[in-house]
Amino acid sequence: MVKTITDGPSVLYIDKHLIHEVTSPQAFAGLNKRGIKVFRPQQVVATADHNVPTINQHLPIKETLSRLQVEALQKNCAEHGIELYGLGHPYQGIVHVIGPELGLTQPGMTIVCGDSYTSTHGAFGSIAFGIGTSEVEMVMATQCLLQTKPNMMRITVEGELNAGVVSKDIVLYILSQISASGATGFAVEFAGSAIRSLSMEARMTICNMSIEMGARCGLIAPDETTYAYVKDKKFAPQGEGWIKALAEWKTLFSDDDALFDKEILIQANDITPMITYGTNPGMGIAVDGHVPALHEVEENEKPSFQKSIAYMGLQAGSAIKGQKVDYVFIGSCTNSRIEDLRLVAAFVKGKQKATDVEVWIVPGSKQVELQAIEEGIDIIFQEAGFQLRQPGCSACLAMNEDKIPEGKYCISTSNRNFEGRQGPNARTLLASPLTAAAAAITGVVSDIREFLN
Amino acid sequence: MSQIINDTISISPFKATGVLTSSVVPLNIENVDTDQIIPARFLKGTGRDGFGKNLFRDWRYEKDDESKPRPDFALNNPIYSGKILLAAKNFGCGSSREHAAWAIKDAGFDVVVSSFFADIFKNNALNNFLLPVTVSESFLQKLFAAVETNPATAIEINLPEQSIRFTSTGEQETFDISPYKKTCLLNGFDDIDYLLSIKQEIKEFEQQHN
Repeated sequence: MVKTITDGPSVLYIDKHLIHEVTSPQAFAGLNKRGIKVFRPQQVVATADHNVPTINQHLPIKETLSRLQVEALQKNCAEHGIELYGLGHPYQGIVHVIGPELGLTQPGMTIVCGDSYTSTHGAFGSIAFGIGTSEVEMVMATQCLLQTKPNMMRITVEGELNAGVVSKDIVLYILSQISASGATGFAVEFAGSAIRSLSMEARMTICNMSIEMGARCGLIAPDETTYAYVKDKKFAPQGEGWIKALAEWKTLFSDDDALFDKEILIQANDITPMITYGTNPGMGIAVDGHVPALHEVEENEKPSFQKSIAYMGLQAGSAIKGQKVDYVFIGSCTNSRIEDLRLVAAFVKGKQKATDVEVWIVPGSKQVELQAIEEGIDIIFQEAGFQLRQPGCSACLAMNEDKIPEGKYCISTSNRNFEGRQGPNARTLLASPLTAAAAAITGVVSDIREFLN
Repeated sequence: MSQIINDTISISPFKATGVLTSSVVPLNIENVDTDQIIPARFLKGTGRDGFGKNLFRDWRYEKDDESKPRPDFALNNPIYSGKILLAAKNFGCGSSREHAAWAIKDAGFDVVVSSFFADIFKNNALNNFLLPVTVSESFLQKLFAAVETNPATAIEINLPEQSIRFTSTGEQETFDISPYKKTCLLNGFDDIDYLLSIKQEIKEFEQQHN
């Protein structure tokens, strides 16, 4: 905190600024217009992810406007001395995947990016949040932002997870309980034994989707799991620096008697594999449950509910299990890391995809892609009839060619099921990588627990 | 690339008097996300202008076809016009794309009224002199009802007094805004100007923390 304006916001210093091709060009243009350079280019890292193709990345980008945006990023980074992990670079990938895997993301840091999923980095106990392009320009110009202190919420998940339940199910369950605006304006700390038991990658999935509750940021206090993950990463502190950093990180936790403005307690035992049926991520149900019947919906929410299920082509009160699926998308900053791919590969090994389903596996980064190949996961996918593509945001937001056609159903490990998110009039069912993999094999929404012995 | 600072987006509509009176365009849909405000496939521009024509693109047109406007969508209905967009609860959730605020400004709106705004959208709006006015759910329902009865219903937004008022009946409600942001809107200041002005303090902070 640099200073606080009387009766106003505080000036927050930003340790790390991640940028990508879509929300940065207007910010660079603003700097150029003012005739100033990026203030601390060594604290900025860039990648191309949002609109890059996921096949033939070695060829020039066919789509003209996408190509121009990627070229503008190259030019801007070169002019301002910013490190760019662009197409073809071994570190290229989705911005929220590469930050952690390169050790750019560290506990206690303030991290921003012109992308709402910046909350992902909160899994390391960093203060990380998405910003708009005007704010991107502010950080480029001064390494600072004006912020007001948010209210604090703690969501505690206690107990052991049921079979077939993974971290995506936890966050979809929380969303179904508190709604897509249930944490608006709050900084949310996730705590409890079920959260502590998760790997770093699984924790990232939860913090990633904290924005879907409206939260300004989501975070998990760092612990031994965190330190072990960060250690020896490319840009993690080394030697003496590591010892000093570790001592500092160990002070980053909420006091036992810390007061939160709001507390939510969830029993892990209540969580089953989840899936969404509607057009916001709060509209989730157990995979063996049913779309709410009209009488189960609050009166003032009926118009939105009916609009939503009409868009989805679903009936109020009907079961979701058995719903035909046309596409399976396993990817996005929510679920495209190596553990996600391993989970899917372990399940599909020796199985074949359903004939009328198209399956896209889009790794989160070049490093994830390479790791998958080294582990032979690519062969498992190939034999199952899945397409292992190249890294990028892909069908999560359908800015590139990876669009779901009108009216088709896509079970997706991404984070938003908004109308048109995966293509005009496309229908998205959000689920975990395991539940998505089950649907890839059966061709319909399936309960992964029926496959576990 | 030269339109950034002196374009229309950068001029605060509240700079002269702080008061804006207009009819409204009603959009009575909850949880309007920024993908609806402007779909991702239209984010490929490198400037801040021109996004207005794709505002609510997939609700405005049948099958992505500009020659087929949906007659039931409020923005296509000629009886509604004005500089105030009247929206329902949880407006602007989802992606951080500032293009959503740019598109709304570019389409001619200076104010969005709702009972609840998503956080990032609210910041983006304020950074573009688009005023988000948060009212109670009951006042919001009165506004929707009034506009349904009389599409020409005029609403006055008074920023210095932080009030929103029916010009016909005088019925009003006050709204919150941070004193800092209020000053910015009334004077046409933006955050970057302020941050650049304290750069020496930022450098001192860096030295203390290295």
